[in-house]
Amino acid sequence: MAQVGTDRVKRGMAEMQKGGVIMDVVNAEQAKIAEDAGAVAVMALERVPADIRAAGGVARMADPRIVEEVMNAVSIPVMAKARIGHIVEARVLEAMGVDYIDESEVLTPADDRFHIDKKAFTVPFVCGCRDIGEATRRIGEGASMLRTKGEPGTGNIVEAVNHLRLVQSQIRKITSLSDDELMTEAKEHGAPYEILLQIKKEGRLPVVNFAAGGVATPADAALMMALGADGVFVGSGIFKSDNPSKFAKAIVEATTHYEDYALIGELSKGLGTAMKGLEMSTLSASDRMQDRSK
Amino acid sequence: MSIKIGVLGLQGAIREHVWALESTGAEVAIVKKIEHLEGLDGLVIPGGESTTMRRLLDQYGLFEPIKAFAQQHPVFGTCAGLILMAQQIEGQKGPHLALMDINVRRNAFGRQVASFEAELVIEGVADDFMGVFIRAPYILNVGQDVQVLSVYEDKIVAARQGHFLTCAFHPELTNDYRFHHYFYDMVRAYKE
Repeated sequence: MAQVGTDRVKRGMAEMQKGGVIMDVVNAEQAKIAEDAGAVAVMALERVPADIRAAGGVARMADPRIVEEVMNAVSIPVMAKARIGHIVEARVLEAMGVDYIDESEVLTPADDRFHIDKKAFTVPFVCGCRDIGEATRRIGEGASMLRTKGEPGTGNIVEAVNHLRLVQSQIRKITSLSDDELMTEAKEHGAPYEILLQIKKEGRLPVVNFAAGGVATPADAALMMALGADGVFVGSGIFKSDNPSKFAKAIVEATTHYEDYALIGELSKGLGTAMKGLEMSTLSASDRMQDRSK
Repeated sequence: MSIKIGVLGLQGAIREHVWALESTGAEVAIVKKIEHLEGLDGLVIPGGESTTMRRLLDQYGLFEPIKAFAQQHPVFGTCAGLILMAQQIEGQKGPHLALMDINVRRNAFGRQVASFEAELVIEGVADDFMGVFIRAPYILNVGQDVQVLSVYEDKIVAARQGHFLTCAFHPELTNDYRFHHYFYDMVRAYKE
């Protein structure tokens, strides 16, 4: 008997993306550029995060026509974003056959208390996290993949670095705790105890963890890999740069060969200007997408 | 006799194959560049995105060296690896490495929501093997030199041709390493 939507099948899908780059696209043409550059998947959106930031207002699930257009354009997997807690947007995307749903703080949350019960879905979910508490709560809700939140649409890597470093160091701490200390650790992080036990046993998260939120250059992508990310999401970084096709290819290569610094230097030559970027201190509290969920 | 097996390490489920192969007692190496092929007795091409892997194979000049390596050594391709090894890919102009006389269909079971796991009978390996299929391909038909090892709902999902082994599912995603042991035995026999 065939079983669909098992943990193994949902998490396994993310395992296949490891070492790769997932790119935000807003139409078929961009999706093809991403696929040709070697992206392992594309995220179909109505606007990239930098434009969502600029536009203001309420950001919702993309027009299904855009998602459909992207699905028809490429043979690599297609992801799409649903608002946090918006069960119906997620069900619509699942019914359309998208391969992965990002329950994302880039969109305006539909529920400021609860996330989607992702275990109830056949389609797998990816969610953002800033620390081990958020990471394990999302896994507890059924997320099959994680990514750092970073600060989307800024082209500034600092927050993604903070989030990845924090999660990694918290994992290292958990592996060193005794079982009785672990319960207090769980309490302090608001983390499901069973998942912390699993992390302690395996020495790693039970799902893949990508970097996201601020990757703008090949060196940024390689930095996140060097810090232990399983792969990289690039949102605004590619199609807000001078030469998207070249940027996309260079970021893919730098992700694969993140320890080959001569190569990264070579492929960063003459790339043109990266997206402009924002300094964190210029963001007001309401501009910080990462604070939209816990 | 010590056996050394490489895992193509461009993208995808690399570490899972490394763990599975280590359980056979083989020495395992990750292959990212041409020089990493040296001294290997066999090679695994893992699951991942076949389009991405092909692009990276070309970029690093690994394509021809792996083809040449395959003429002299056993190769095992899983999922995306199966697509890379096929001589014919439905609806696509040319093949990739074209190692096995098989005709394959990509994403043949549907998109991710149709991904599944099911128990398989694999000739010479197991009669209760849990196959994890993720946006998986299957083999439409095989040439006369190809031995079909497993069929799921009339679709060919594992096959062998001489020193080439392939499957549409992901044996690296379970803790059942019998298929990897089968490949290890192939590599060992070939070396002898």
